[in-house]
Amino acid sequence: MKVELTVNGKDITADVEDRTLLVHFLRDVADLTATNIGCETTSCGACTVLLDGESVKSCTVLAAQADGRSVTTLEGLASDAGEMHPVQKAFHEEHGLQCGYCTPGMVMAIVSLLRENPSPTEEQVRAGLEGNICRCTGYHNIVKAALSAASGVNP
Amino acid sequence: MSILGTRVIRTEDPRLLTAGGIYVDDLREPELDGAARATFVRSTVAHALITGIDTSAALEQPGVIAVLTAADMTDLPPPPPAGEFDPDAPAVEGPLPLGGVWSEPLLAVDRVRFVGEPVAIVLTDSTYQGEDAAELVSVDYEQLPAVPSIEAALAAGSLLFPDAGTNVCQKGGQDTSDESIFDGCEVVVEGDIVNQRVACLPMEGRSTAAAFSGGKLTVWASTQNAQLSRLILTAIGLPPDAIRVVAPDVGGGFGAKIGVDRESIIVAWAAKHTGRPVRWVETRNENLLAMTQGRAQELHIKIGGSRDGHIKAYRLNVLQDTGAYARMSGFLPSLTVLMAPGVYDIPAVQADYKVVVTDGTPIAAYRGAGRPEAAATIERAVDWFAAEAGLDPARVRKLNFIKPGQFPFVTKTGAPYDSGEYEAALDKVLAKAGYEELRAEQRRRREAGAARQLGIGLASYVEVTAGDAGAGETCKIDVHSDGTATVYTGSSAHGQGHHTAFAMLVQAELGIPMDKVEVIHGDTDLIPDGVGTYASRSLQLGGSAVQKAALEVKDEAARQAAALFEAAEADVVLDADTGLWQVRGDPDKSLTWAQVASEAEGGTLMANVRFTQAMPTFPFGSQLSLVEVDTETGKVTLLRHVTCDDAGPVLNPVLMEGQRHGGIAQGAAQALCEEVLYDADGNPLTSTLADYGAITAAELPSFELVTSETPTHLNPLGVKGIGEAGTIGATPAVQNAVIDAVSHLGVRHIDMPLTPERVWTAIQSAGLRRHVREASAK
Repeated sequence: MKVELTVNGKDITADVEDRTLLVHFLRDVADLTATNIGCETTSCGACTVLLDGESVKSCTVLAAQADGRSVTTLEGLASDAGEMHPVQKAFHEEHGLQCGYCTPGMVMAIVSLLRENPSPTEEQVRAGLEGNICRCTGYHNIVKAALSAASGVNP
Repeated sequence: MSILGTRVIRTEDPRLLTAGGIYVDDLREPELDGAARATFVRSTVAHALITGIDTSAALEQPGVIAVLTAADMTDLPPPPPAGEFDPDAPAVEGPLPLGGVWSEPLLAVDRVRFVGEPVAIVLTDSTYQGEDAAELVSVDYEQLPAVPSIEAALAAGSLLFPDAGTNVCQKGGQDTSDESIFDGCEVVVEGDIVNQRVACLPMEGRSTAAAFSGGKLTVWASTQNAQLSRLILTAIGLPPDAIRVVAPDVGGGFGAKIGVDRESIIVAWAAKHTGRPVRWVETRNENLLAMTQGRAQELHIKIGGSRDGHIKAYRLNVLQDTGAYARMSGFLPSLTVLMAPGVYDIPAVQADYKVVVTDGTPIAAYRGAGRPEAAATIERAVDWFAAEAGLDPARVRKLNFIKPGQFPFVTKTGAPYDSGEYEAALDKVLAKAGYEELRAEQRRRREAGAARQLGIGLASYVEVTAGDAGAGETCKIDVHSDGTATVYTGSSAHGQGHHTAFAMLVQAELGIPMDKVEVIHGDTDLIPDGVGTYASRSLQLGGSAVQKAALEVKDEAARQAAALFEAAEADVVLDADTGLWQVRGDPDKSLTWAQVASEAEGGTLMANVRFTQAMPTFPFGSQLSLVEVDTETGKVTLLRHVTCDDAGPVLNPVLMEGQRHGGIAQGAAQALCEEVLYDADGNPLTSTLADYGAITAAELPSFELVTSETPTHLNPLGVKGIGEAGTIGATPAVQNAVIDAVSHLGVRHIDMPLTPERVWTAIQSAGLRRHVREASAK
């Protein structure tokens, strides 16, 4: 079937199998490989992207469901001039990543979380990240990064 | 001022944060153009004979290039002869599989021994086609009785390797039959504990891509060490120099990516066999079925001492479930035995182990690898002993610690501890946590009969890092004529921050700023000789190698600079702050690294070294965990976790803290929620992340870290390993805290993971026991 998506501001049209998952569309058709696959069961959040501004786990969304909609991945977060998004910057400054595999999904989940709640408490951040698994950081610095980005982000 | 010891944020991050890493599935190398997708057909039964494999239906599917089974592997060298089997032979050193009658095939030949064992490989144009075709490969199994547990293995009703005549594949340790070591002990406690099987669960599973062209095989693997992987890949019948292994970005390892597994060898063979590049990226389901797992020990403990708290004797019997194949033979439990007495000066210690094969996923190293089991066990035992003697667990620990003046100290199990300040570490943790106040609050809640009880858990640990210190690590440094430097390390990064740490070492020694230092790892064409990352060895061995290479480059540069200055070499000095070469007493003249390197042969100053260490190092620490247990539901909430983890001088606190945070979370995860489970037929019950309880941010607090830096004399940096320490300390601290919260209700022990169901059941059974006792007393 034919699908038309706007990915990071760019229109992409492609003929795909009906069963094509959004994450495979992003990785294989749009050739944007930052979005990783971690579990295929909507449990780990490595594949989190924004669909019309809201976070979704792209391993359990069909490309067909995203037809005509707009997707933002990690690659689309920095400004055109290349300046990192405040959440990306906070991850760097607070050492919020180690191996980097969960990072794209984690960053997107936090971008979405802060849009919904620009000044969360630590508890709210932790609850909000329940669907994103990181195996390296113990979440300590991820939570710190989210809180630090929140304090610097304009609501 | 030296950059060492300062908080430097990682140079690795900007790329990972804006474009994402390049993991195996992201590689777009030209050699992998048109690469076939590999999908494995895996055993659906735990133990069976294979009586037939029909690939015809799969071969008719669209996009199928090949369906290969063991019968197709005729172009491989034959396996070595089985040889004699002696279960009493000493443990094989290092991470090697147990061969002989216990040999593990590549694709299953005539028998499968665990659910998930690879039986066939399907090559297709696309991933979806592979999944469709693999479903259609029909394997006939003649089922055999499963061996789903250590108990079943010991009962020997069913043998996994009939030629061996037993399921016990290795024994070792000391004689543990001497009961007299407990003579005169006023307090003796004995019991069984389980250190459950857990999944290593790196966020990126296993993945391998391979291309064979012009007689050379190139393999990209998600591995902790490219060089060891290359050695393992010679199994496909090529010499090492015909194989190039590249480790691209690696999404976590935790021990399960030391070298490569049989699937990677099969993928490499398939690329050579078919002439088409092949890429395999496992699903999480495959990962939870077939990536090696960790722990899986059952332990029997006996501990005795005086009423006033002095421990006199300790005995430990370890039963190791090694899963279907003995990938690490007796290596893991031999480490448990080595570290059995922990931080305590115990006059008599006996420890032994027995390794059995079961129908489980093979067991190998997982963050700590044999040492967490030792720490979890002695720390439970000390709490048992303290409770039985009616003494505070902190006091009993202090009474029995090895004292600072006793180092170097050799334990009764033969571990040569280098340095330690055990009591100081515990004191720091107790002070930071406010131990006395916490105990007061606990008393208050107990007296009030509150539903939510407080538990305070302590763990004082010591562990062994760089166990293979003698193998050392390699480093080559080139300083180029433009003043930049390239570091080639045999160590291998997968999140630890090697590139930042090693560049800091170069800047500190040579004054070449970090942003002009490129660190390269994980490519056997560029770095044929290297050992890699495991056993918390990277900084102490890999970092010391970087420093050693830097010092050699500096010596070479001094000779060049002296010639350029027309001065005596002894008068030439490097200002490590500015990176300028000068002649002593003549501040007006200076040379840059670029100028000095330009004079060297070929315009490059070069040093190529291997750093080895005489012995392993023994980092240590104490951790305190504070939990709240809802006695009505059994739910545990981890409120605080305070640690003092001492691994010598800290090179970069940012990186060190990161290692501790991650370690603590994994240790707490084992205590609280993680466990790989099988049913009575050996079917896995936790083969997706919907079933396996990986710990999340919502179940953890922020951690409170206290600093302590006791150097080792074994390397010039004075450092020990920190990668695994957090895990080793956290598991017993959290477990002890939960049990402490309900001990006044009559609960003596609860095995991990401390799920609400287990905690609630333990409280109920203790209540029932109390009830029966009281009733019969009337």
